[in-house]
Amino acid sequence: MLQTIRKQFALSRMFLILFLTGMGIFMFLPIVFLFNNAFKPLNELFMFPPRILVQHPTLFNFEQLFMHTAAGVVPFTRYLFNSFVVALITTFAVIIVSTMAGYVLSKHRFHFKAFIMGAILIALMFTPETVSIPRYLIVSGFGLKNTYFAHVLPFLASPVAVFLMKQFIDQIPNPLIEAAKLDGASDMYIFMRIIIPLTSPAVATAAIITFQTVYMDVEPSSLYMSKETMKTLAYYVEAVSSNIPGVAQISIASSIGLLMFLPNLIIFLLFQRKMIQTMLHSGVK
Amino acid sequence: MKPVTNTKNLVNSSSLQNSYRQRIRLFLRECWSTRLSYLFLAPFLLCFICFVIVPVIIAVVLSFTSFNGFEFPRFIGVSNFIYMFTQDVVFMKYTIPNTLKFAIVVGPGGYILSFIFAWLIHQLPKSIRDYFSLALYAPSMVAGVALTMVWTATFSGDSVGYLNNILLSLGFIETPQLWLQDPKYLMTIMMIVTLWTSMGVGFLAMLGGLQTVNTELYEAGRIDGIKNNLQEVYYITIPSMKPQMLFSAVMAIVGAIKAGSVSSGLTGMTITPQYAGHVINNHIYDYAFLRYEWGYASALSVVLLLLSYGIMQICYKLFGTKEDE
Repeated sequence: MLQTIRKQFALSRMFLILFLTGMGIFMFLPIVFLFNNAFKPLNELFMFPPRILVQHPTLFNFEQLFMHTAAGVVPFTRYLFNSFVVALITTFAVIIVSTMAGYVLSKHRFHFKAFIMGAILIALMFTPETVSIPRYLIVSGFGLKNTYFAHVLPFLASPVAVFLMKQFIDQIPNPLIEAAKLDGASDMYIFMRIIIPLTSPAVATAAIITFQTVYMDVEPSSLYMSKETMKTLAYYVEAVSSNIPGVAQISIASSIGLLMFLPNLIIFLLFQRKMIQTMLHSGVK
Repeated sequence: MKPVTNTKNLVNSSSLQNSYRQRIRLFLRECWSTRLSYLFLAPFLLCFICFVIVPVIIAVVLSFTSFNGFEFPRFIGVSNFIYMFTQDVVFMKYTIPNTLKFAIVVGPGGYILSFIFAWLIHQLPKSIRDYFSLALYAPSMVAGVALTMVWTATFSGDSVGYLNNILLSLGFIETPQLWLQDPKYLMTIMMIVTLWTSMGVGFLAMLGGLQTVNTELYEAGRIDGIKNNLQEVYYITIPSMKPQMLFSAVMAIVGAIKAGSVSSGLTGMTITPQYAGHVINNHIYDYAFLRYEWGYASALSVVLLLLSYGIMQICYKLFGTKEDE
């Protein structure tokens, strides 16, 4: 009896794994495609319909990329540097700022709390295209054009991250915080020692999505930056894929597609572990 | 008699003033005593006011004007809205039905799919979980690039397109179908592609949420007579991860309503054939960046905002936790 149940259990788990593997392969195709695309020679890039796997891998595309940028005013590495600096600073800042805001909105009582929450909920919905002109006016009004601040500050107002944090912090039981307060812990201590460790899955999620949005976004570069040295890789990609006609374009685009994607993947893999780390040992439950 | 009433009034008004003053003083004192909360909130709130609230207010104001981006906006009252609902044929005939159809399928569909997959992945042994979540999250990481290359090749209209090729060789169709140009299919294809990319933020949040469910609850539930997995999910898992469920629901709705680039990415045109895949964001893009009617575009986005706010209120009622619960 027990054995048959165990056998059934193992069988259903086998099916589950098989099903998810099939699903996973289907969903994973674009990444495989992207990796292979970057190493395809020209004749394979122009093949239609495109083959997913590369037959004669070559580094030609990357050569093209470096040749092209060497001729330009700003070397390609400068864009890469800007992208990294901006994305890392923004991700870090967004996590701190939104965890602080989420903690207060979840556990403190004060006037305007409901009002601020309502504003955040509405702000989740707004399409950024429609506010780009007013945003431009504000950025240039503060004199932030051509500074890294203009890259970072607009993203700090991230209702998604705050909402996510608030939702997670809601789950931390109030007695835990009250006990800490009774023991004489200050708000700062509670925040650093209780809130941040316990929200690590949410922090990881917020980090992944923030990094992705910042890294992929072209708006600050195209609107607030007039100096070429302040623009990011995402802007360069867009410029390359829309402005330069000719054969070089598709090979550059395919190699840069991989470069755009890799940091996302790395960040995801880094934080994924953290996210999956169980909270069971952390003392809440 | 008169002076008496006067003094009475005077007393009344002065006490009223006093109480107002007292109330303001109390209010300020309360604000001061919670100053630490405001301090914690300050960095976010300042940025939020500067880069979200003020721009949104400007956009709302612009929706009552005629503004082409160059000249100073001219106030025209509510005529933008009147035009939208009475004369904008495309908006009433294609945009609204398409947006609703798209949002109803993709929003809840993507939501349910991401919960199912998050839950299934959670059933796997810990050692291999990461690989599966990576694979499922992959499409939303590369959406832009893969969208144009993989899917346009799949649904290409000639006989070498993947789907046509398969269907032709299996004998389901006689001649190649113009999948992306035919208004009949475009909407369905858009939905499939969007569902494929929908394992995004919500999926990640749910995966995180599943970790936080207290495992002792499952044992307790088993003692209380929960028989199968479905009951377990319904009675224990979902209630324990309400915040994440709400977050992903909101993200699903926002994503579904905001998605507009799918159609242009697939067809290569901003305006899809016969407006088959025309959703509200395409409409906004059309008016804002092709016709430079910023006033009307702002009015459209205000309508979009009201629409999504209404839907979200319903969600919040469904999943929201009450204060001080």
